[in-house]
Amino acid sequence: MGDGDDDSISELIEMSRLCRVDIVRMTHAAKSGHPGGSLSAIDLLVGLYGTDLRFDISNPDWEDRDRFIMSKGHASPAIYAILHQMGLLEESDIMSFRSLGSVCQGHVDMNWTKGVDFSAGSLGMGLSFGLGCAISARMDSSDRNVWVMIGDGETQEGQIWEAAMSASYHRASNLNVIVDRNRIQNDDFMEVQMEVGDIGKKFASFGWRVKDIDGHDMHSIVDAIGWALEDSDAPAAIIAHTTKGKGVSFMEDNPSFHGKAPSDSELDTALEELS
Amino acid sequence: MSAPSELGASRDGYGNGLLRLADDPRVVVLEADLGKSTKSCHFREKYPERTVSLGIAEQNMMLVAAGMASSGKIPFASTFAIFTERAFEQVRNGIARPGFSVHICGSHGGVHTGSDGSSAQSIEDISLYRSIPKMTVIHPCDDLSAEELTVKLVDLEGPSYMRTARNKTTRLYDEDTSKKLQIGKGSILRRGPDAAIISCGIMVEKSLEAADELCKEGIETTVVDMHTIKPLDEQLLAELAEECGCFVSAEDHSVIGGLGSSVSEWLVCNRPSPLEMVGVRDRFGESGTPEELMTMMSINSKDVCNAVRKSIERRNTN
Repeated sequence: MGDGDDDSISELIEMSRLCRVDIVRMTHAAKSGHPGGSLSAIDLLVGLYGTDLRFDISNPDWEDRDRFIMSKGHASPAIYAILHQMGLLEESDIMSFRSLGSVCQGHVDMNWTKGVDFSAGSLGMGLSFGLGCAISARMDSSDRNVWVMIGDGETQEGQIWEAAMSASYHRASNLNVIVDRNRIQNDDFMEVQMEVGDIGKKFASFGWRVKDIDGHDMHSIVDAIGWALEDSDAPAAIIAHTTKGKGVSFMEDNPSFHGKAPSDSELDTALEELS
Repeated sequence: MSAPSELGASRDGYGNGLLRLADDPRVVVLEADLGKSTKSCHFREKYPERTVSLGIAEQNMMLVAAGMASSGKIPFASTFAIFTERAFEQVRNGIARPGFSVHICGSHGGVHTGSDGSSAQSIEDISLYRSIPKMTVIHPCDDLSAEELTVKLVDLEGPSYMRTARNKTTRLYDEDTSKKLQIGKGSILRRGPDAAIISCGIMVEKSLEAADELCKEGIETTVVDMHTIKPLDEQLLAELAEECGCFVSAEDHSVIGGLGSSVSEWLVCNRPSPLEMVGVRDRFGESGTPEELMTMMSINSKDVCNAVRKSIERRNTN
């Protein structure tokens, strides 16, 4: 798909819209799940999957595919939505989200879902996992890239900074992190719970290349992905400033929709807004 | 089996085992600063390109290992036993749950570690890792058996935890006998009909000492090196329940959740038999020599002797 021209950007924006529809539908059907952080992340995922992420839909286990690690595993609806839009998941799969035996587990799980590269659910672990993938790629003389998405609340976990330190030390230039900076965590706004300050400066102090962007502007997203892939000897961090619940008015900037599904009437409103 | 007089530390066996695995390009070694202590340093010296230094950051190391396993590597990650526990949830969620064949080695396990004091003496690691689904748990008794079991891990599907010991102990195997060891199969080092002593780690040597002592009283015991705590060799336990009818477990580990618990869980559900447990009784250690600490913790050979006598008495009065 897109390479940054206006037509392809429009296609990506339309794909984001369809994914948002999937996100609210599947969380409504499950009567649980995490729509807020899925809606904040989805433009970034679409920007990545729709441009430079190297994968083969017909062979999801292709050894030399790029890896995408969704470390904030509660944003599973965002992953399932994009896999659905790409044809790797069926309508019945996403509508069985969180039910017994479903390939769409509550948190992303590589043993359950084709096209998922990491079993998440416990915050703080994905960046380290991505580093392991990146080091292995280098050992294999492979040019595959590794992308990790973490939440901003997730940076409260110390392991994120263990990984940041070691990725820089190992010059893991094939490792890229996208921080979904939506400023809300489970209980409340981060400024209430535990403000982490300038996340970009923190990554930079560990030796990472850093770029701050508007995480809902598709041009900026596509540009930043290209920037991250430029030749360098350092890993790259994209700090994507986003709005939790983006695209559904009553979910936007609303901490209560971190982990709450829309009701019947809320679904109707959401679908109308996303139409 | 008469015990040879040579000494060896199981951590050295781990280090030697890694070197023997080096021909397999999938094998990679991960360190959290303690390579000189766990003995992965020998691999690092020869194969720096396949050794990943991760600093004093165990949680990160466990997930880096998982990421490498997902990319076709067979990671061996080591630190002190006690510091693997810091990353317990990483092992549980990041390694075992997806089922990665990551092999964790925790050295300096047990009070036998000695003068470093209680902060370094892991007495709960076996209990912790045994509770994780899909996890193989191993605790060898000497350097040669640790080396062989390390080499055999490369063919194991799924994650494992191996506890090794800091200090040298009597070598109980030779090159031929150690090669016969199999993961999941207990090794009988001495046979006798009166009681079965199921032991692991340093307590195998102590159990053999106890068996020699008991022999003077006319008590002939079977001594098993149960180097694999999980999966437990249930078939062997069934045979020994038939042959001996009473048991003693012996471990340098808490009696809560370790080898003794494992044996008792199986016996009580399958072949109810007297079992006396020699192990650390719900307390922390302190600084001291290994011998002083083992005596203080009541896990020395005389404690095994007492436990055997008691177990036989219970069987005979039932």
